[in-house]
Amino acid sequence: MSYAYYPGCSAKGTGRAYEESLHAVFGALGTGLDELEDWNCCGASGYPAVDAVKAAALSARNLALAEGARPGLDPVDVLAPCAGCYRAMLKSERTLADGGAVAARVGGALGAAGLRYEGRARVRHPLDVLVNDIGLDRIAEAAVRPLGGLRVACYYGCLLVRPYATFDDRRTPTSMERLLESVGAEPIDWPLRTRCCGGSCYCGGPLIGALPEATLRLSYRLLKDAKRRGANAIATVCPLCQFNLEAFQGQMARKFGEPADLTVGFFTQLLGTALGLDERALGVHRMLRWRLPESAGAEGGAHVRA
Amino acid sequence: MIEYMNYSPRVLNAMLTAGCYDDVLRSRAIWACTGCYACTVECPKQLPVTESIYALKRASMRAGAYPRRFITPVLARQFVRLINKRGRSSEAWISLALYLRTRPFQLLRYAPVALRLMRRGRLPLRPESVRQPAQLRRVLAALDVTTGEDA
Repeated sequence: MSYAYYPGCSAKGTGRAYEESLHAVFGALGTGLDELEDWNCCGASGYPAVDAVKAAALSARNLALAEGARPGLDPVDVLAPCAGCYRAMLKSERTLADGGAVAARVGGALGAAGLRYEGRARVRHPLDVLVNDIGLDRIAEAAVRPLGGLRVACYYGCLLVRPYATFDDRRTPTSMERLLESVGAEPIDWPLRTRCCGGSCYCGGPLIGALPEATLRLSYRLLKDAKRRGANAIATVCPLCQFNLEAFQGQMARKFGEPADLTVGFFTQLLGTALGLDERALGVHRMLRWRLPESAGAEGGAHVRA
Repeated sequence: MIEYMNYSPRVLNAMLTAGCYDDVLRSRAIWACTGCYACTVECPKQLPVTESIYALKRASMRAGAYPRRFITPVLARQFVRLINKRGRSSEAWISLALYLRTRPFQLLRYAPVALRLMRRGRLPLRPESVRQPAQLRRVLAALDVTTGEDA
């Protein structure tokens, strides 16, 4: 069993640990990920601010490439781990499916380059696949080093569940909590879990924060509230959220006069730790801060299996 | 983000109803929208608020009315140019280009973070590119011919 895999630009840069841990986790669960040959950028939130039709065409090319790599009649699931890519590709997929004027123009443009989108390829998020295809029972069984004592704030951010709630609720999603709970972690109750971190302003160009003051404040609120509620780590599903929450903690402490130090990892890194995978394989050495409670991921820890 | 919008979405809507198109297209408000879709989900009338703001951003671009000193429209243009040329974004290059263009003195402030990322292999300097930029360009060029409202 294997899925088509669309990495997105951040997976090759600031979000490398996301890609590494994703491969490690899926590999450990016996599921392959085949990277799309010659994929292009999804257009993020920058391209649709300039040209919506071309933005739809960017993802349409990727979907067409995914179908080309798997000829036949079967649906092709394309995994897009970055929440920004996920939203952009879903938007394109739905525009193409509605058969309107934009769909016709994009179809024509693909044809001009010798490509075709049949509608077989559909975008999915790894969190959806882990919880709903692979299943929590199988994952809990594979968790040899459960995350006991890890009080985790599950952070969805904006674009995984908005505007399209494909596999979870758009106000109070629970997939990540259920996933990490199944491997022994203790998710905290966190109302801010779908608040924007300001990252979509970045357009795949971090280090900047299109509006540094604004994004810093948004991210700081999240860190501070998670800490106040007793979290000892934040799990993210998006490279931009992860970067935003992790990279500017020093600046936040200086600006707001209060430490904002918290481990911010990808949910796949935490899951991989529970599966007993090597820290290097999970990209832990790429993180600016990584401190989990000693009981989490320890060998032979008592695991609460339902 | 609302603190950084000089007009809230509600006010933008009222301004459009009142016919103040120029003021809307010149505003920073539409460019302060991160596109997080929170308003779309919460709107009791189920108005497509975020998509409307995207449409206003495009209209502001087409009319050349976007605020030149505001960083988000500059970033969007830069980003589109890069994607049209290479098909992929490179985080290091787009950040550098944007900062040089808008606030070069800020680069120093971010240098320590950049170095820490580089040491961990998270900020590759080699620009990314698709292998068949010509194919992608053909797709995009085929959409060049028509003009008019696009969404």
